[in-house]
Amino acid sequence: MQDLERDRRGKWLFLTLALSWLVIFTSGCSKQSVHWNATDISGIMAPLTFNLTDEHDRAVTGMDYRGHIVLLYFGYTFCPDVCPQTLTRLATALNSLGKQAEDVQVLFVSVDPNRDTPAVLNKYVRYFSPRIIGLTGTQSQLKAVTKRYRVAYSYGKGYPDKNSYYEVNHSASVYVFDPKGNARLLIDQQESSDQIAADLKQLILESSPRT
Amino acid sequence: MTDSLTSALFSTVATAAAFLQPYEFSPTVLGVCLLAAGLYFRGLRRLNRKAGWDTLLFALGLVSIYLVLQTQIDYYSRFSFFMHRTQHLVLHHLGPFLIAASAPASVLLAGLPKYMIRIMSTLRARYPVITRPIRMIQAPFVSGFLFVAIIYFWLIPGIHFDAMLSLPLYNAMNWGMAIDGLMFWWMIFRQPPAGMLETRHYGVRLLVLFLVMFPQILLGAYIALSPTDLYPIYALCGRVLPINLLQEQALGGLVTWIPAAMMSVLGALVLLVRWSQSSKMVTTPPIVPEPAAQHTMHPMADPYTTT
Repeated sequence: MQDLERDRRGKWLFLTLALSWLVIFTSGCSKQSVHWNATDISGIMAPLTFNLTDEHDRAVTGMDYRGHIVLLYFGYTFCPDVCPQTLTRLATALNSLGKQAEDVQVLFVSVDPNRDTPAVLNKYVRYFSPRIIGLTGTQSQLKAVTKRYRVAYSYGKGYPDKNSYYEVNHSASVYVFDPKGNARLLIDQQESSDQIAADLKQLILESSPRT
Repeated sequence: MTDSLTSALFSTVATAAAFLQPYEFSPTVLGVCLLAAGLYFRGLRRLNRKAGWDTLLFALGLVSIYLVLQTQIDYYSRFSFFMHRTQHLVLHHLGPFLIAASAPASVLLAGLPKYMIRIMSTLRARYPVITRPIRMIQAPFVSGFLFVAIIYFWLIPGIHFDAMLSLPLYNAMNWGMAIDGLMFWWMIFRQPPAGMLETRHYGVRLLVLFLVMFPQILLGAYIALSPTDLYPIYALCGRVLPINLLQEQALGGLVTWIPAAMMSVLGALVLLVRWSQSSKMVTTPPIVPEPAAQHTMHPMADPYTTT
């Protein structure tokens, strides 16, 4: 009888513990003092680190771009719709920032190094904005960086024949890192260029409060 | 002719080997699986027992858990909702079900070094408090509640989104699934402790199996029949299966709905067979070879006894 009583008390103790844990957890998650249009991924995604090649055929790492707000996007230059549309949205947002755009660096990582040589990439990104840098790398480098940022890419029919057109499946999200290299936001296909610009302004203000 | 045959064979082997490569190697998963297998075989040797059906069940359960975590299945599970649900079906239902149904406790205990058993029993004798949390989560209704709650928790869209972006959260999710699955099916298939009224035990466990079915059906049906994309992360992170996004979500919902609920039915069948066997054993007078050496264990000697 006494044992039964003890067991019942134990169950209540367990339940209260579980509930309080849940309350603490959810309150920690919903702590949002500022409003972002994009999805807040602070503390969830890995910081900015990679080993790739830039459009001038130089080996670069994530450290080279710290100090800027970095927008990281994966795609390929033969992309028929999603990439040009996303890059246009980003370029429009950057234009509306004016001089502040110098604090922002967009990195377009091509996951199709077979066709996207540094020269091709250079020509492609210039078309959108001077604030965009084209990057690519070897398959193992690309696998490492996509694994790190939890995205996938794969090739459609025709790969690796450079003369035939083949599709490349890739992610559609843009990751935003603050100047310290911490992942902060995830921009998806829903955000307009105005909303992206508003988020970037907020991030610039937060990271370098100029008076 | 033979040349093309050998090259075909070679490419098949190469594809299989590539498939068996882990997407993200985890020394913990490998270590735990090897440790479990090692303990089991050491236990078999020490008990002088031959490998039987139970060994096959144990091995199948362990290998299935390893395969969904440390092969390219894991790659597809990260980027496809349908494959993710399949991975969790194995991690939470199938693998632990097979392991627990093989009743490996005695073999695994026999595989442990003697000093560890000594430490464990002295600890339990000195601090009986430590068995209380185990007893609490192994209480049939608490265990059933946790079994369903953990499925719901990781499928809350916001939490699912984060788990698919953060590696530590993803690992916590998969480990949590496997551990909770083991605890639940362990509770279901545990042999009733000596001195315990068996009828009540079987009845309660059958009831729990029956009750956990409905919330799973509800959730699976909700996902399968949802006209909107509940988990946008899969559209963002790059598609790996050539199916339409909503079709894939519906397939994932079906996996959560039907096979998951069927595991309850399978579990109930196993319990019913055991129940009828044990009641037969009660009605026919048991043949006891050495009546003097036998003595029944006190019910409280079992740490899992709940009442």
